Amino acid sequence: MAPAGRPATTGAAVADAAVADRGLVACPDCDLLQRLPLVPLRQTARCARCRAPLWRHKPDSLERTLALALAAAILLLIANVVPMLGLSVAGREAFTTVVGGVVAMWREGSQVVAMLVLFAAVIAPAVEIACLLLVVLAVRRPPAPHWVATLLHGYEFVREWSMIEIMLLGVLVALIKIAELATVIPGLALFVLGSLVFLLAAMAATFDPRLAWERIEWAAGSDQGGGARALR
Amino acid sequence: MSTAGFVSARALGLAGCEACGLVVRLPAAGGVDHCPRCGERLHSRRPASIERSWALAITALVLYVPANLLPVMTTNTPLGAVSDTIMQGVVELWSPTSWPLAIVVFVASVTIPLGKLIALAYLLLTVQRGSVRSNAQRVRLYRLLRFIGRWSMLDVFVDTFVVALIQLRPLMWVEPGAGVIFFAGVVVVTMLAVNSFDPRLIWDLPQQERHGDG
Ligand SMILES: [Zn+2]
Ligand SMILES: [Zn+2]
Repeated sequence: MAPAGRPATTGAAVADAAVADRGLVACPDCDLLQRLPLVPLRQTARCARCRAPLWRHKPDSLERTLALALAAAILLLIANVVPMLGLSVAGREAFTTVVGGVVAMWREGSQVVAMLVLFAAVIAPAVEIACLLLVVLAVRRPPAPHWVATLLHGYEFVREWSMIEIMLLGVLVALIKIAELATVIPGLALFVLGSLVFLLAAMAATFDPRLAWERIEWAAGSDQGGGARALR
Repeated sequence: MSTAGFVSARALGLAGCEACGLVVRLPAAGGVDHCPRCGERLHSRRPASIERSWALAITALVLYVPANLLPVMTTNTPLGAVSDTIMQGVVELWSPTSWPLAIVVFVASVTIPLGKLIALAYLLLTVQRGSVRSNAQRVRLYRLLRFIGRWSMLDVFVDTFVVALIQLRPLMWVEPGAGVIFFAGVVVVTMLAVNSFDPRLIWDLPQQERHGDG
């Protein structure tokens, strides 16, 4: 279905074939094959059988995601270097950062739990933001090189394990548990993390993965033919 | 029957890529193929979905026992040491001002992990029996499980930050207990169990289902 005048063996031609057929979706939750209807702005197309959201028409997805991801990257950096919680008891003061919590768990003998907390509260959010930032930057000039697909896979994988909002609630519960023993001093990072929760939610809600995928070069898009080993 | 009149991608030899959503024709021979756009492995249904999901759910159930019986933290003072399980932590949090948080911790740490395993067992059993009833409700239950599962991690974070802050030796210090490792295991393994379950199996008709399993 490539327009006349274009060589048929380039990646662009394969991408054109996808564009021609891009209305076709198989519902991820029930496998129903259907054609996406015309979706007005800020509306969601849902599966005809199981009502799973198939695609949401988001305004200026890439530009807005870029702005939100940049802001989130800065906040995550601040949140991990300034103190989060302080404690004052009998004239002694102790402060901790998010990483401070991980270090304490490690030292006290729960290395597995320390690694899990480090992953869910620091590494996964950092990877989530970094991957998305690079993806939206790279797809501004389509077709984006195929390594962008790896970043997008990484973003999708890590999203479920990025748990800043749950950590923040955990800190709140810890704070109340400790409050009866000592005076608790909330640190700057606590407020930064609070804002980050909303930024991350907005970032994920603004990003349109379908749009990004359409702008990425195909794995099998080169003249090497079938298979996923397009070497670039 | 809610599946009447609908055509699934599988019935036409097609599959939607689980990573990028592209609809692709599967090789007729049934071999392994990769998505031409994103390079991810393609499968019409996740391989050994039911077996993996059962194995992980049973592992989580086994871990759930020590997670609730062993202490998650030990508070040391010059007067001695006191150990708390997750349930004792909830009881201690119960006060006129902080009882809403006690309920949140109880739901996240006790109700959600167990409820998740029961709900997953229900989904697995109905799929194995080839049930075609209440498909819409079952797929909604699956989406709920994916959404709430992460919140069970709450108690792991609570314990971590209590341990991090209360390090005032020799006055008072808190050490993590063995329970928290098992509890973290329950949360991770139940999340993996739900991720292994393929919701598309809910909609497959019994004969297709047996064919896919064999
Ligand atoms: Zn559906
Ligand atoms: Zn794909």
